[in-house]
Amino acid sequence: MTRVFLPADAAALALGADAVLAAVEREARTRGSAVEIVRTGTRGACWLEPLLEVETPEGRIGYGGVTAGDVPGLFEAGVLGGGRHPKRIGRPEDLPWFAHQTRLTFARCGIVDPLSIEDYRAHGGGAGLAHAVSIGPEAVLTHIVESGLRGRGGAGFPAGIKWRTAARSDADRKYIVCNADEGDSGTFADRMLMEGDPFLLVEGMVIAGYAVGASQGYVYIRSEYPHAIRTMRAAIARAHAGGLLGADIAGSDFAFDIALRVGAGAYICGEETALLDSLEGKRGMVRAKPPLPAMQGLFGRPTVINNVLTLAAAPWILAHGAAAYAELGTGRSLGTLPVQLAGNVARGGLVEIPFGAGLRALIEEWGGGTASGRPVRAVQVGGPLGAYFPADLLDTPLDYEAFSAAGGMLGHGGVVVFDDTVDMAAQARFAFEFCAAESCGKCTPCRVGAVRGMETIDRIMGRAEAAKNRALLDDLCELMADASLCAMGGLTPNPVISALRHFPDDFQPAAQAAE
Amino acid sequence: MSSTGQRADSEAGATAPLPAAHAAHIEAVIAAHGSAEGALLPVLHGVQEALGCIPPAAVAPIADALNLSRAEVKGVVSFYHDFRETPPGRHVLKLCRAEACQAMGARKLAEHLLRRLGIEWGGTTANGALTVEPVFCLGLCATSPAALLDGQPFARLDAAALDALCEQAKAA
Repeated sequence: MTRVFLPADAAALALGADAVLAAVEREARTRGSAVEIVRTGTRGACWLEPLLEVETPEGRIGYGGVTAGDVPGLFEAGVLGGGRHPKRIGRPEDLPWFAHQTRLTFARCGIVDPLSIEDYRAHGGGAGLAHAVSIGPEAVLTHIVESGLRGRGGAGFPAGIKWRTAARSDADRKYIVCNADEGDSGTFADRMLMEGDPFLLVEGMVIAGYAVGASQGYVYIRSEYPHAIRTMRAAIARAHAGGLLGADIAGSDFAFDIALRVGAGAYICGEETALLDSLEGKRGMVRAKPPLPAMQGLFGRPTVINNVLTLAAAPWILAHGAAAYAELGTGRSLGTLPVQLAGNVARGGLVEIPFGAGLRALIEEWGGGTASGRPVRAVQVGGPLGAYFPADLLDTPLDYEAFSAAGGMLGHGGVVVFDDTVDMAAQARFAFEFCAAESCGKCTPCRVGAVRGMETIDRIMGRAEAAKNRALLDDLCELMADASLCAMGGLTPNPVISALRHFPDDFQPAAQAAE
Repeated sequence: MSSTGQRADSEAGATAPLPAAHAAHIEAVIAAHGSAEGALLPVLHGVQEALGCIPPAAVAPIADALNLSRAEVKGVVSFYHDFRETPPGRHVLKLCRAEACQAMGARKLAEHLLRRLGIEWGGTTANGALTVEPVFCLGLCATSPAALLDGQPFARLDAAALDALCEQAKAA
């Protein structure tokens, strides 16, 4: 019996993984070969999907970018023994693309069967939780504080402080909420983790619950992620059966449960307070802070609300120690950042590396430049509210403070590459259009400002009093940044102002017309 | 056209009564999800899954069961892009409009598709076969442009691949 591994991650499915599966089954049957096919998540090299792997005495041998049409030829070449074929890439972990990463959070993703708790434990899963219950809640909080772990959703708030605040708040009931409303374009790390290693998220939430004394967890997943929802739902059920959830977890007297909730297509629900309102069954409206969710969050109770990657970092920190985590990274950005290379990039996917690497190295060495082969002109980091960087800012290190100093933000680690055909005025207009479509409407700067911004860019591009409207646009951006209630309105000026600053020629309709 | 007449229209006339089968579906969904904390979104998802939409007449029974006002329920239905008051076409294509897909030509791709089908965003083809909705990111950003057709993901789409997909959907 030969074990064959094929991802069932949405990105692999989108590139025909199920057709490859059918072809492998058909070919094996015809040839009388005994194969056991394991559906995994993705290792993150989306450019290599569908990535078929075969277990051999030399390790798992990969075949990248396999189509159903390749399968008869692969069998002819002796794929089940790791035979030579133009699509053979050898052992995936030996490729520089993987070998140069530091995989902590994504160590198992793409390797294990995501829904096998035995596989999870066999690959080191559960060690963090076991250590946590052996040292007690207070020591767990100390670990998280000392690790320097910061919220991976975008704001970069120290997770340990948030956890400690919730732990110190007295209440009859506390909650752990996982923000899996990963709406930023160019990001897919949360999706990939939930589809590829869902028990890690469960373990992270249990550790958080144990540390702060919460009894109930919620995972709020966006509806645009049907595959992640299915995998996560199945994983929660199996975690109950496997003793990772329920009563007396990991030999302690701690009880914790997780329920999964599905969003309904509102980007603003990725904002933590809007998400809490949505979980309560309301419109996803942003709340004014204070009170902080850690003191009065879901249903008015102390709530730790963290991004998927923040919670999923906790098991590694507990298993290996805060010092080992804090050794990685730079300045106040410690540990690893799963960077997502997206858009017009030749070798896109997820790259987990310590903070501090340069953007250019990522785009050139990992990304292999643009998919179109044309020069890189602009890179948007941190989702739709992130700044557009021109080529000469690409040496900015991946570090919260360095990005902020350069007028940008790291956000959730999404890197969207554009080639030289991009029209930056259109990108700036889209930033306003997106804000107008997704604003919750609670505060005026965001609700009205987005619409006015769109109109003002249209007037500039239509050559109606361009200079006056440029001044108006600057004013409007300043007002939105200063007076909006949350990051949606407050950061929408980021892409607009960076486009104006770094790509002024794109906002000169007269010059374009004269060309 | 008196103002009182208009008001009467919008209060009574716009809400067609629920067929018995639909009422039974709604009851079942409420029985399954109604007692959860903050149950409204799970209930609305359940109703939409069963009926294809959340008909205006469903608002009152949901509000009654969850002890909410009808205004609260309607406010939630109208807030979220996913919830619809009328059923979509037999197939639903969600085409990504966000930045990573834009970087790979999604704007032109969308223009091409909508022109070819003769519809706007959110519109349904005349034969009722296909509804095309915009979506802001499917998390398939390293393999753009991307779409979901009836929940199935597709990536690295170009005009020809998208046309083929739509033809297949329209024929089915």
